[in-house]
Amino acid sequence: MIDVSVNGTAARVDVDPATPLLYVLRDDLGLHAAKFGCGLGQCGACTVLLDDRPVFSCLIPVGAVGTRKVTTVEGLGTAAKPGDVQRAFLHEQAAQCGYCIPGMIARAEGLLRKTVTPTEDEMRAAMAPSLCRCGTHMRILRAVRRAAMMRGGGVVDAAEPVT
Amino acid sequence: MSRAGITRNVRWAVIALCLCALVFGILAYRPAIAVVTRPDPRLFDTALVARGANLARLGNCVSCHRSAGGRPYAGGYPVKTPFGTVYGSNITPDPATGIGGWSPAAFRRAMREGVGRDGGHLYPAFPYTHYTNVTERDLGALYAFLMTRPAVRADPPANTMIPPLGFRPLLAGWKLLFFRPHPIAADPAQSAAWNRGRYIGETLAHCTACHSPRGLLQQEKRGARSYDGGWSGGWYAPPIDTHSPAVRAWTVDRLDTYFRTGLSTAHAAAAGPMGPVTYNLARAEPSDVRALATYYAWQMRGAPAARFEPPLPDRRALASQRHPDGARLYDAACAVCHEPGAAMMVAGRPALPLGTPLHEDNPRDTVQIILKGLRAPVSARGPYMPAFADALDDRQVAAIVAYLQARHGTGPAWLDLEKDVAKARKEGE
Repeated sequence: MIDVSVNGTAARVDVDPATPLLYVLRDDLGLHAAKFGCGLGQCGACTVLLDDRPVFSCLIPVGAVGTRKVTTVEGLGTAAKPGDVQRAFLHEQAAQCGYCIPGMIARAEGLLRKTVTPTEDEMRAAMAPSLCRCGTHMRILRAVRRAAMMRGGGVVDAAEPVT
Repeated sequence: MSRAGITRNVRWAVIALCLCALVFGILAYRPAIAVVTRPDPRLFDTALVARGANLARLGNCVSCHRSAGGRPYAGGYPVKTPFGTVYGSNITPDPATGIGGWSPAAFRRAMREGVGRDGGHLYPAFPYTHYTNVTERDLGALYAFLMTRPAVRADPPANTMIPPLGFRPLLAGWKLLFFRPHPIAADPAQSAAWNRGRYIGETLAHCTACHSPRGLLQQEKRGARSYDGGWSGGWYAPPIDTHSPAVRAWTVDRLDTYFRTGLSTAHAAAAGPMGPVTYNLARAEPSDVRALATYYAWQMRGAPAARFEPPLPDRRALASQRHPDGARLYDAACAVCHEPGAAMMVAGRPALPLGTPLHEDNPRDTVQIILKGLRAPVSARGPYMPAFADALDDRQVAAIVAYLQARHGTGPAWLDLEKDVAKARKEGE
């Protein structure tokens, strides 16, 4: 039996400790936001937050989570009452097929928990590990900028002026 | 001793001290070179600018001279030393914050003698100890290249040196002790490519800046230990001489491929600070890169792997027994890419036991690669590895590293792994 804290709720699951956290979230806890994409930590569709940090849940054995708190997109809001990052993504219509979006939202949430005033470079570096095959990147970046503003900050372009 | 005698001695001591200070002051003094109007970029010969661009890539200048906001050559990269942090300066032609007001003579003096236009001594974090041997022609090309970059207004952060090292005249003392410019004469016994490689490697490419051990005052060890491995930004730059820990020979072809693609399938991918080096080499003149490969393959000609490529041990059962936690984590987090037959192996990535970091005499590079992953060094096609810094804690990373060494390593046993992981996290920030 393994104890994990997911979206503020303690859960106990009967699985092999080597089971990827992603499988536990989807198969045992019925949380389907995080997606299986590549299983190699290369696409980011499985991204969730582990103590405020975005991680690939496909590469973390559930036994390695320990006391760290897991947050999935389900923990950030509901369809009826979306959280601020979710509202920003909706407002910018930042999804096409939508498969990567839960990972993108988790990644954006992780960035904004670290700072609500990231630079453009920091934002792009933070979002880069998640891939989008539809080419919605510009809208996704707009959504992150909007979410930063909704939290009282904003993404700043720190590039120095060319004289 | 009489009272008068003591007074006399004190007087002499004061006079001697003043004389020393005066002599030192004279030795340390360098005049400012007059500010010039920023040269019109259109007046530089385009062929000269192109030559300079190649030299700047070979020299990896942009790594330390990229600004916080991402502007190339606008300065701001922190070089952390035991004595404080030195920030790369703005070398774009902005007259106010860059080198727009520098004449060719001022540029030449900075490169050759480590002295800024204003006469201030430069910290040896700027590797003028190497640039001192750059030819006049190449200095002219580099000057032309830099003066034709977009001028960026950017003041890098102020250096934070521990007192009294913020007082630059003291650097004259460092130069007296360690700065011995001696021109590199061609070696007629060696090929043209070898000589070209040596010239680039020992001057602009300043490879020993990372790959050489350093002394107490951060001076590079010379002579036999010149390429015996050093430290850079929290990473270990392994020996690239007879002590190369690689288990496969670094031939000219393999090095050449590694430099141009950031990957050697017989060794590993370029990681940490070596990534940007290969990014720039991939965009430099191929014949120059080949020359570098020729020279450094020669440097490693006496390494163990150059004589005999050993079979690669796989002590899987033993390693699992000794480090069961590491084995479980490896199976869940790493095996999906690294085990024989895994997707990445089929894609032609080097097998884990080939990885040079696993054979080094300290665990740092293995630890850093797990923490930070690999950014595709040369192009978006990879190689790439996700970072595990946020996914695994220090104990878990240490367990994986212990398992890996027990399974594949050929070097001395690594101790205190958890401590090294904590240190790697801190130093690599």
